[in-house]
Amino acid sequence: MTNMIDKISAIKDGKRVIVKKPELLAPAGNLEKLKVAVHYGADAVFIGGQEYGLRSNAGNFTIEEMKEGVEFAKKYGAKIYVTTNIFAHNENIDGLEDYLRGIASAGVAGIIVADPLIIETCKRVAPEVEVHLSTQQSLSNWKAVQFWKEEGLHRVVLARETSGDEIQEMKEKVDIEIETFIHGAMCIAYSGRCVLSNHMTARDSNRGGCCQSCRWDYDLYAVEDGQEQALYSEGDAPFAMSPKDLKLIESIPRMIELGIDSLKIEGRMKSIHYVATVVSVYRKVIDAYCEDPENFKIKKEWLEELDKCANRDTATAFFEGVPGHEEQMFGEHGKNTKFDFAGLVLDYNEESKMVTLQQRNYFKPGQEIEFFGPDMDNFTQVVETIWDERGNELDAARHPLQIVRFKVDQPLRPLNMMRKELSAK
Amino acid sequence: MHKPELLVTPMSVLHMEQLIEAGADAFVIGEQRYGLRLAAEFSKDDVAQAVSLAHEHQKKVYVAMNGIFHNDKVEELNDYLSFCQEIQADGVIFGDPAVLMAARESAPDMPLHWNTETTATNYFTCNYWGEKGAKRSVLARELSMDAIVEIKENANVEIEVQVHGMTCMFQSKRSLLGNYFLYQGKAMEIENRKQNKNMLLHDDERNNKYPIFEDENGTHIMSPNDMCIIDELSEMMEAGVDSFKIDGILQEPDYVTAVTALYRKAIDLAADQPEEYEAQKDEWLEQIEKMQQPHRPLDTGFFFKETVY
Repeated sequence: MTNMIDKISAIKDGKRVIVKKPELLAPAGNLEKLKVAVHYGADAVFIGGQEYGLRSNAGNFTIEEMKEGVEFAKKYGAKIYVTTNIFAHNENIDGLEDYLRGIASAGVAGIIVADPLIIETCKRVAPEVEVHLSTQQSLSNWKAVQFWKEEGLHRVVLARETSGDEIQEMKEKVDIEIETFIHGAMCIAYSGRCVLSNHMTARDSNRGGCCQSCRWDYDLYAVEDGQEQALYSEGDAPFAMSPKDLKLIESIPRMIELGIDSLKIEGRMKSIHYVATVVSVYRKVIDAYCEDPENFKIKKEWLEELDKCANRDTATAFFEGVPGHEEQMFGEHGKNTKFDFAGLVLDYNEESKMVTLQQRNYFKPGQEIEFFGPDMDNFTQVVETIWDERGNELDAARHPLQIVRFKVDQPLRPLNMMRKELSAK
Repeated sequence: MHKPELLVTPMSVLHMEQLIEAGADAFVIGEQRYGLRLAAEFSKDDVAQAVSLAHEHQKKVYVAMNGIFHNDKVEELNDYLSFCQEIQADGVIFGDPAVLMAARESAPDMPLHWNTETTATNYFTCNYWGEKGAKRSVLARELSMDAIVEIKENANVEIEVQVHGMTCMFQSKRSLLGNYFLYQGKAMEIENRKQNKNMLLHDDERNNKYPIFEDENGTHIMSPNDMCIIDELSEMMEAGVDSFKIDGILQEPDYVTAVTALYRKAIDLAADQPEEYEAQKDEWLEQIEKMQQPHRPLDTGFFFKETVY
């Protein structure tokens, strides 16, 4: 039952090019992040609504905001998906129909779902909305993929425990869109199969209450004849199960050749600086590979760029095989990013070379800063005089969201970003 | 009053005989190749033997196939299901839809019990799996008594509820104990860890100790307390809950037998002489408390505990 997956590549002017370009799917916790994600090159963005999603702490969208997001994305030809991937309890059944109708009325392209309650209700009350199976179902084999295809799902998001070889077999055996994670923080447990938060903090992990107990430290003991013996020595790092963050930039070519339909970046809680940085790097990787797969090489500057917003070490996790101890973090809980988001470009005057910028972090004259954006190469510059909106000279840009102006030699566009290296405060 | 089935997890065929004596109605067995967090390993021969023993005594055997399967095991699911059908097991427990698909092909008459442990949280979804072919749904342990009763009232499938023992809080595909030992450079523990089922994670802040073990399905972390609601059975019995499960994982066989005997008494009295049940229930709870290991306090799970999100 091998299916003919859509053709992945073709010969054009004697050269192989990729004709099936995967969707680059980015997270957004609020409208501003959504706009940044789309502007920086995401083909689709997933967001959370006020209910039925798994990040109670993320900004989350009202139906009105969803509408605005959809309208904005449409201008770029991008799609919006809404996560509705809780495992619902009886008390969540009431109100679901209205909620799904609301999502549909906002014009979102699809919902990401784990619970058959929500799958079936969506099919019934909002059939125009695509239904994508959430990674919360920990979908790990082709036969289960076949099951969900027969259930009428448009797309499945695989378990993070699936390897490239396994995905290949799924693609060969079942004709359905497949979405996989390429970047971001991960559950160390099979998603949906962890209730640590329920037990430890009385918060329901599968309804958005996860408090990340898996990132805490524990002491490991063995019980021998009723006596507990520590399985660690003085000075050893405690038992930990915190995984390094996923980073599959170097596996993107393989993922494209496998015909994976959507490449997903995790992180609805992350900053717009993070979203912009990660999206723009993967945009470049995907475009470069599709244009000329035979001569493709990962550029050092892409890796460096990703590193600028990383707050944990990274690993390839299950895509490249079963991860060992070197893909976990012991005795550390992440690190600070090397760079901070310092400002968002609102305007640039070509004649006066003056940028108008919304401050997002402290910076001052004499400091080296870096600009980046979707339509330009990064460049650095030393900040000279800074003025406020009324033309007063400032000793530093101190206030969050303050509007400031200063000279920048190279042209900028609205939504370009400015970052600063953290040691260079 | 309606008597729910008393379902237990034997450690061996021999242990099953004792449990039958103690009053068990049905058994969950299997091997870790297909089933999750079983009290013991039952080879195919053991399973066949267990089924004939059970049937001699009009008891039932359900075979666990509730693993999260990757492609490598998909082809074998059919064979194992055919085997279950052949030996006339009374049911197969599944979580992964691949088992459902394989059962349609290889064991179409086999009763199926849907059990993912954490995701059976509302009646609609229980009924959904019923429409797909499940005869029973095994509820998540993170539900309140009220939610369980509401599910039963709205369910078109049999409802099974765990009433005693430890529950799983976490399953990772990764080898988390092995990884920790490798990180520490301790090869010995890695060799031993397959047999070791006696490791604990200490959580000093909550003063909890969580059992942790590894097997073919990855790393499992278990609840710090043993749930026990021998004194709170009436409401679910009145609602008509179909099966009460005692999970004996990581316990001693004699403990499981003794607990089974007490629940047998409790169920029978609650059904036939409710006043007697009320009069005796505190005493049973005390008896069980006395049998607990020092690091395994009793609690009532989520039956009366509120969770937020």
